[in-house]
Amino acid sequence: MAETEQVERPLSPHLQVYRPQLTSITSILTRITGNALIVAALLIVWWLLAASTSDDYFAMADAVLTSWFGDLVMTLSLWAIWYHYLAGLRHFYFDAGKGLDIPTAEKLGWGCIIGSVVLTVITLFLV
Amino acid sequence: MVQLTLPKNSRMITGKTWPKPDTGGTMRKFQIYRWTPDDGQNPRVDTYFVDLDDCGPMVLDALIYIKNKIDPTLTFRRSCREGICGSCAMNIDGINTLACIYGMDEIKGDVKIYPLPHMPVVKDLIPDLTHFYAQHESIMPWLETKTNRPAKEWKQSIEDRGKLDGLYECVMCACCSTSCPSYWWNGDKYLGPAALLHAYRWIIDSRDEATGERLDDLEDPFKLYRCHTIMNCTKTCPKGLNPAKAIAEIKKMMVERHV
Repeated sequence: MAETEQVERPLSPHLQVYRPQLTSITSILTRITGNALIVAALLIVWWLLAASTSDDYFAMADAVLTSWFGDLVMTLSLWAIWYHYLAGLRHFYFDAGKGLDIPTAEKLGWGCIIGSVVLTVITLFLV
Repeated sequence: MVQLTLPKNSRMITGKTWPKPDTGGTMRKFQIYRWTPDDGQNPRVDTYFVDLDDCGPMVLDALIYIKNKIDPTLTFRRSCREGICGSCAMNIDGINTLACIYGMDEIKGDVKIYPLPHMPVVKDLIPDLTHFYAQHESIMPWLETKTNRPAKEWKQSIEDRGKLDGLYECVMCACCSTSCPSYWWNGDKYLGPAALLHAYRWIIDSRDEATGERLDDLEDPFKLYRCHTIMNCTKTCPKGLNPAKAIAEIKKMMVERHV
């Protein structure tokens, strides 16, 4: 009747089989952009520190940050700021107990994604 | 803890392709997760073919077809076949739902069926729900009263009764909790959407007199606050309920009682 020996049960698949949902993608993007922005902030601090260290060191740091790769990182960071900001507003709204039905939440999710891209393009035009 | 990959003993291998039934009807291909404690092997994904002309429209009908006509060892829970018992909850076509009320016509391509995600597997499509039920029990899913028992029943106004709509309908199928990434990573301590929806159902019950104690118990970094409003729970609930909203209401009550 009872199991005579303890079997090690497998864990059922999760990320491997769960279809990506707009709800979960917008959530994980908030985490990723938030963490990536820490790195971006450190880069800018490094750039400022370099400026206060020496001309040569600043020239080197400045070359890195204004290279094509630096531009790419900064452009992505700009998008990350906009996305993280809009997602933050969305969570603020959620925390008030509003917008928690799926159609509204998904509309707001698309708003964050599309809105962040549009705002990034606008910002790039302005600077 | 977050572990994105499956442990070694849980990785799936390609399984057996079972022969097509020779009934000559319209065939639909099924890919189904199999694991048995008896052979010491890793889980595998078997392929079956179901004759749609000889089978009901729901995914559960197809599972029963397979069990009856192709492979009697295929193991799954089912009972009411009308979405009220919650037994046949499983991951179908990438989302968690009840096999009995999910139509095969809602699925494009092959039908892929796995047990509810990130749970210990007992056999095939049957997850071990012991911990899930223990979490439900921990929120005291019953009426707690302190005043003397009334002569007849505990009465409630129609408005107060209305507050329970969208909460009491939960059948504890575990679709929501096992769709939640936060529950995947912290399910040992985070109560998950199902238990929290039930917690809220008793918190806002006008007849319940343990609201403070219930909130005290949930005021914990893990039990309640591992909910990050991802909303996979509400998205997947086969009964159309909204656990995310219930959890948000509990969080609001937490703030309100401190200000």
